[in-house]
Amino acid sequence: MTQLTDRLPPYARAMGMRIEGLLDGSPLLVMDFSDRAMGRPGYLHGGAIAGLLEIAAIMALHAELGEEDSRVRIKPVNISVEYLRGGVTVETFARGQVIRAGRRIANVRAEAWQTDRDKPLASCWMNFLLKPKV
Amino acid sequence: MNSTPESSGGRPSIPPDMAFDPSRFGKFMMKHGHTGFIGMHYRDHGSNWVELGLPWREDLVGDPETGVLASGPIISLLDNATSMSVWALRGAFRPQVTLDLRVDYVRAATPGKAIVAWAECYQLKQSMAFVRGIAHDGDIADPVAHAAGIFIQVEAEGWARAPESPTSRPSPTSGTEA
Repeated sequence: MTQLTDRLPPYARAMGMRIEGLLDGSPLLVMDFSDRAMGRPGYLHGGAIAGLLEIAAIMALHAELGEEDSRVRIKPVNISVEYLRGGVTVETFARGQVIRAGRRIANVRAEAWQTDRDKPLASCWMNFLLKPKV
Repeated sequence: MNSTPESSGGRPSIPPDMAFDPSRFGKFMMKHGHTGFIGMHYRDHGSNWVELGLPWREDLVGDPETGVLASGPIISLLDNATSMSVWALRGAFRPQVTLDLRVDYVRAATPGKAIVAWAECYQLKQSMAFVRGIAHDGDIADPVAHAAGIFIQVEAEGWARAPESPTSRPSPTSGTEA
């Protein structure tokens, strides 16, 4: 888990994201509420939620790739985010789930929630290109 | 270096159906919340389109090995540009929320270069607005990302709210709401 935390990029750290162990086998991302994440007054910005979902998806993929992870570079190809309800000014959690990691493409889904995991704020799917590091 | 206020109090809420001036809204956006933190700013607008900018910044990087910006700030930029394009076409501000947003990352953004997002509302319905946008780093013919999304109109009531005081920490695994 320390290794995964080391992989959180500057953007994730600046937004107050961290990894708090595993949840159902995937890294659990937590984003503290701060003004940095706020959109319309009193609600999280949709971009901040999407950013958290992306980081959760990326971390789930790093974890899934295991030993292979150090040999490939993962590039986001696309994302589709569905916004389900407004995020309020409390901590937000997110978890990614790798649906398929093939040789070249990985498909990952992620969900974000606040006080109740059964009431997600947003969900997304993402495709990644896996390229061998040269 | 960065003087982003951590306090979320004192933000005026915007009355619904107020005439929409993208450049004025842009000045407001620059100072507050997430948009203020990532340095989003207004560049230009037309009858159904808005152009916003975002500087490259080290603390917004997604890949420290290459210096490429994280995709999160690019989504935020496209979210705001597409959202504002709806108000530009409507000629008035009306509360709306993002229903969905899809972004295709055509290529990595060039490290060190500012990002520009151009977005238009191409169809405005009673309750929904259909939008699309392009993010680039200097040449719109060589885009970084393409976006397509839908906004839905909502009631002014409850669209904005006073931030709540931090309460006890929610449990990430709780299945039911108290």
